Amino acid sequence: MRRHLAILAVAAAAFSAAPPAQAQVRIGVTISTTGPAASLGVPQRNSIALLPKDIGGQSVEYIVLDDGADSTRAVANTRKLIDESNVDAVVGSSTTPASLAMIDVASEKKVPMISLAASVRLIEPMDAQRRWVFKTPQNDSLMADAIAEHMAKAGVKTVGFIGFNDAYGDGWLTEATRALEAKGIKLVAVERFARADTSVTGQVLKLVAAKPDAVLIAGAGTPAALPQKALRERGYAGKYYQTHGVANMDFIRVGGKDVEGTILPSGPILVASQLPDSNPIKVQAGDYVRRYEAANGAGTVATFGAHAYDAAILLQAAIPVALKSAKPGTPEFRAALRDALEGTRGQVLTHGIADMSATDHNGFDKRARVMVTIQNGTWKLLP
Amino acid sequence: MDGDILLILLQDGIVNGAIYALLALSLVLVFAVTRVVFIPQGEFVAYGALTYAALDEGRLPGSIWLLAALGGAAMLAGLGTVRRTLTAPAVLRLAVECLLVPALVLLAVWLTPPRPGVLVEALLTLAIVTPMAPYIYRLAFQPLAEASVLVLLIASIGVHLAMLGLGLVFFGPEGFRATGFSDARYAVGGLVIPGQAIWIVGTTLALMGGLYLFFDRTLSGKALRATAVNRLGAQLVGNATAVSGRLAFLLAGAIGTLSGVLIAPLTTVYYDSGFLVGLKGFVAAIIGGLVSYPLAALAAVLVGCVESLSSFYASAFKEVIVFTVIIPVLLWRSLRGPAEEE
Repeated sequence: MRRHLAILAVAAAAFSAAPPAQAQVRIGVTISTTGPAASLGVPQRNSIALLPKDIGGQSVEYIVLDDGADSTRAVANTRKLIDESNVDAVVGSSTTPASLAMIDVASEKKVPMISLAASVRLIEPMDAQRRWVFKTPQNDSLMADAIAEHMAKAGVKTVGFIGFNDAYGDGWLTEATRALEAKGIKLVAVERFARADTSVTGQVLKLVAAKPDAVLIAGAGTPAALPQKALRERGYAGKYYQTHGVANMDFIRVGGKDVEGTILPSGPILVASQLPDSNPIKVQAGDYVRRYEAANGAGTVATFGAHAYDAAILLQAAIPVALKSAKPGTPEFRAALRDALEGTRGQVLTHGIADMSATDHNGFDKRARVMVTIQNGTWKLLP
Repeated sequence: MDGDILLILLQDGIVNGAIYALLALSLVLVFAVTRVVFIPQGEFVAYGALTYAALDEGRLPGSIWLLAALGGAAMLAGLGTVRRTLTAPAVLRLAVECLLVPALVLLAVWLTPPRPGVLVEALLTLAIVTPMAPYIYRLAFQPLAEASVLVLLIASIGVHLAMLGLGLVFFGPEGFRATGFSDARYAVGGLVIPGQAIWIVGTTLALMGGLYLFFDRTLSGKALRATAVNRLGAQLVGNATAVSGRLAFLLAGAIGTLSGVLIAPLTTVYYDSGFLVGLKGFVAAIIGGLVSYPLAALAAVLVGCVESLSSFYASAFKEVIVFTVIIPVLLWRSLRGPAEEE
């Protein structure tokens, strides 16, 4: 009995030693800082560190968990954040499959969720579950339209497609097929490759044999340089298009002179300094780039991290609105926060200008994308 | 499909197959000597490639700190195993192996000017990454040397996961690519053979020849073979199985690292890229029954060619096809001979 009392005393001491100053607003974050999507998750984590600890007079606590781009862990993290930490909103995850899996939990617990993944399937078709889901990256359909438009203008009639053998490649194949068809461009070859492949010779031979005017490579990050290098090696002389998944300096570093002249759509932040001064995004994006590089070193900024920053800007605007009707930590506050997020109008983010509505939980339009090319080892804004 | 395309695909398959063959050989070697299914083999490929790429860019690779830390940990583990018979020579030998080697490697990296040329970079990479393998053997496998294959397999998975995480810490999430040994291209008929491909196939053949001589002609090689054939018998005639185990790991580590150095110019290598490459080597090793070196090497070339051809015909199902190859082989093996219990 005495022993039990001693244990109780220790436990009581431990609990009372926990910091009593609980933050008033809690934001749960689950992102992929390890695993195959770590190159997305790490800059996102670094961006979370830049966020204000005080919004609308309320202290804000960010609880960051890692899901390793694993759907099961993303769901477990979401449950943990909601059940144990009683968060008011969930940000994440970095990839589409993990984010799709989180929707069930977020909607069941009625907690607003802001995903950092690209697929339009996260917020469409709008239904009772997706009411709770928002996302900050541009929809892949918006980017696919931009590519198709550019191809049509450049006189491209036939396109060869080579994409990742996963949800990213699937999503792009669907969107690209739709967008190209709308512009009357023919898809003459479809090939797939895996992120860890050491060779894509087989796929490239088939692409070259189909003789397309342009090749669209749908891969994320540095692995997307592999098909382009292989195509150059086989002497393919057409146009090269990539997706916004490659929009960081590592792609140019790995691709070297083989990726010169590549055309891709991207969020305006990639070429923030080249935007006209009249563009409001220039200020917001420039500010983020400065702060990120001040904290992490020059030349480290990646567009992926800015999606997490954008999620925080949305929350910063929505939290004061929600505070008017309810107290943080209550179901009423979470519902009010959701309504406030949906009511976002004309909010300038680093990637675009968000005009949300009941049917559009991304809110980006053509202002959220620019076409860029690679020139002399750096990004160049295309008119 | 015409003859030219077939030739190009086969050439590609043979080059990739050569890498798988190296990995398959070291998997067979480690399994035969220590009964460990060496899953972390892929991590050595990734570590080798990333260390080489870092040196190639004139940066200090993070893996040298890992080497120092592992050396220190192995020293402590070694002291633990010899604590009953703590003699000065034993401790001295341990210190030379676990502390002096990392110190010398650190010194060598320190003294080398940045970007010393690909061959020096490759040698430095081997010096940095290879010693990690025997340290890992000391830390994780030597205390379990008498355990069942299953326990060793679980430990092996543990080491794989730990090395994967450490790889992310020391190399970061981004992938790297390095310059090759040779930019030359040779036109032979309708084929263009890149110099790097010749390097890869040449290195593989040279290593196979070297391993054959090592096992056939040297005392250490014969000791390894003896341990592989019969552990208890080898012990009785004075072969220290722990020494054999470390030697097997040293060889496997060196082969893995070398494979990494060879593929770094071909593709972008990430901290987690090694596993899949290692797995294909594993498929080849399984086809060789985890005992036969020539069969494993041939199977590796087969895996490379199957991969290359399936990437042409059905690129979406490439990995499925490659890993499905293992099923008929397992069926055939299990129908042909009854399972042998340890």
